[in-house]
Amino acid sequence: MVPLSYYLVLSGILFACGVTGFLIKRNIITIFMSIELMLNGVNLSFVAFAAHWHVLAGQIFVFFVMVVAAAEATVGLAIIIAVYRTRETLNVDKVNLLKL
Amino acid sequence: MTRNPYLWLIPILPLAGAAINGFLGKHSSKRAVTTIALVFPGIAFALAVWIALTFTSSAAPYSFELSHWIRSGNFSADFAFYLDQLSLVMLLVVTGVGFLIHIYSVGYMWDDPGYYRFFTYLNLFMFFMLTLILANNYLVMFIGWEGVGLASYLLIGFWFTKDSAASAGKKAFIVNRIGDFGFLIALFLLIQHFGSLDFTKVFAQVQPLGVENGGAGLLTAIGILLMVGACGKSAQIPLYVWLPDAMEGPTPVSALIHAATMVTAGVYMVARSHVIFERAPIALTVVAIIGTLTALFAATIGITQTDIKKVLAYSTISQLGYMFMACGVGAFSAGIFHLMTHAFFKGLLFLAAGSVIHAVGGEQDMRKMGGLRSYIPWTFLTMGIATLAIAGIPPLAGFWSKDEILWKAYQGSWVYWLIGVITAFITSFYMFRLLFMTFFGDYRGAQVDSHGHATHGHGDHGHGEPHESPMVMLVPLIILAVLSIFGGFVGYHNAFEHFLEPVFGTGAVADAAGEAASGGTEYILMGVSVLTALLGLVLAYVLYVSKPYLPEKIAVSLGSLYDAVLNKYYVDEIYAKVFVKPLVDGSTTILWQGVDRKVIDDSVNNAADGAQHVSDEVRHMQSGNLRSYAGWIAAGAALVIAYMIWQGVGQ
Repeated sequence: MVPLSYYLVLSGILFACGVTGFLIKRNIITIFMSIELMLNGVNLSFVAFAAHWHVLAGQIFVFFVMVVAAAEATVGLAIIIAVYRTRETLNVDKVNLLKL
Repeated sequence: MTRNPYLWLIPILPLAGAAINGFLGKHSSKRAVTTIALVFPGIAFALAVWIALTFTSSAAPYSFELSHWIRSGNFSADFAFYLDQLSLVMLLVVTGVGFLIHIYSVGYMWDDPGYYRFFTYLNLFMFFMLTLILANNYLVMFIGWEGVGLASYLLIGFWFTKDSAASAGKKAFIVNRIGDFGFLIALFLLIQHFGSLDFTKVFAQVQPLGVENGGAGLLTAIGILLMVGACGKSAQIPLYVWLPDAMEGPTPVSALIHAATMVTAGVYMVARSHVIFERAPIALTVVAIIGTLTALFAATIGITQTDIKKVLAYSTISQLGYMFMACGVGAFSAGIFHLMTHAFFKGLLFLAAGSVIHAVGGEQDMRKMGGLRSYIPWTFLTMGIATLAIAGIPPLAGFWSKDEILWKAYQGSWVYWLIGVITAFITSFYMFRLLFMTFFGDYRGAQVDSHGHATHGHGDHGHGEPHESPMVMLVPLIILAVLSIFGGFVGYHNAFEHFLEPVFGTGAVADAAGEAASGGTEYILMGVSVLTALLGLVLAYVLYVSKPYLPEKIAVSLGSLYDAVLNKYYVDEIYAKVFVKPLVDGSTTILWQGVDRKVIDDSVNNAADGAQHVSDEVRHMQSGNLRSYAGWIAAGAALVIAYMIWQGVGQ
């Protein structure tokens, strides 16, 4: 039986990786993947707690998160393709039309 | 016929005339404008005469309700007219004299570019004046009261491109506002205590109240406040200052509004409220003192004026003072009598003065006139009659009414009488001075060389020397002259007083009894006043005809006193220093620069400026850089988590 804290530390590392990637990367697809990483880090802590406390709610929550993440990925990737078609770049710093 | 069903038409007709001329006059021919302007007041006058002929005192007073107006709880005020002997007299004076002045104006204003505008205002004035007279409650009276003020403002400032005319109009309006304030408060008091503004209802409730002998009470307050209103409208001390300036208006306006009708509205209002005043001796005394002082004060200023219309303006103020003096000693019918005769001879004086001004091409300075007798004989004749009338030479109209007032004043207090007689002397002097300076001696003015010189827009006749006015102006002069001669006879054997008796009560009868007893005194007093009038005539003749070098000498020897009178006792200057300047300065420094700019403007501007500054700083957070946003979120989240750990949430 792996102790709970191991899972949580791994979850924290995964989340931190996601945040770091999100912050330092400019490629919009990489940023997207970083977001998925953060979500999965959180999912891991959900299932770990669910197993530890023997409560199913945590596991069900994970499904919700996965569904939302999938929906988000669909919309997000569609936007990314649209952006790439018009701007011919995936660098987020260059997608700044709304900036003053 | 007792109750005339067409009474309401009398005010409405001039209103219709004003409306038609006002809306259509600009594009109509002068002939059409003239027809409209004359026919409507003419019919009103005819109606007034008809009503007077069929008037029976048994049917009076009666009310004629036109429509409901305000109905609120127990309070109600309707558009309703009221006819009794008093309003009948006023009705005839206003429509009659008004109609004559309308006719005269056709000649006087013919060449003015604002011809239709002039008659629109004039008809509008008639409407409001008749509303004022015929009102059956104070509120409708107040509409007329304000309306004539408006018409007066419009007509004083008729030549509004002239700066002095525009500011004279403003002055009249503002000074009247002060008086109206008093009038309004009096109305509020009436509503509060009697729950009504109807003359009949209010007076019915006042009637049983006793005379306020002990001291000042409610009725005294109402009376004095009403008198404040009357002071504004009728140009009494301390609010008389607007009337001399009002002479900036066209001369027919001065005749109609500022001599014959509107300025007498205050007298009418006080007389109408006699039930209140009779029960408030202090208020009556105030009225008498104000009237007496004004009569004397204005008359002395009249001596030194050189502008022909200014002399008449001060004379008007002085004569109005007489009327208030009469009201103040309880002789309301004498006041109304003088109001009527004054309307005749003062209207005539102004119209004749207009004819003189017309003749010399717009000149108003008497020092540049003289010797006009031979040039304009009809004007001279009529003006001479009016001068005799105002001076109180029997048997002309002014003699009867002035003598009546002086007799009543004597019964009130000999002080009133004495000042009244002195005023009569001064009046006689300055009026004959005016007559002699204008019509006698040699012509001192330059040959009028037509175009452009005249200030009043009717100088484009191309005349070389003074010329008589056209018939359309002379006929009203002659009719008014006839009235000035014979108008006083209605007062013979107190007939006028007896006619007004149903309005003013039987006090007059008691007086008549006393009169019989002291008939000798009355004749002595009459003799004295006639003598002083003649004395004024003689003095004026000596100073301005036989020894014309004397006035200069007297003026020099009097020194500063003469200067003070010449400068109207510096009243305008004092008012400017004491009231106008602090007000203007206070408004400028405190209200404008202080409150408006520093407080209101600055608070709004500072709020906007502050918002701009703050947003200018905060704007930098919105870099548009996605990663910096994410960084902020991460930092924020870290902060929250750190806080939760430190607090030990969930433990």
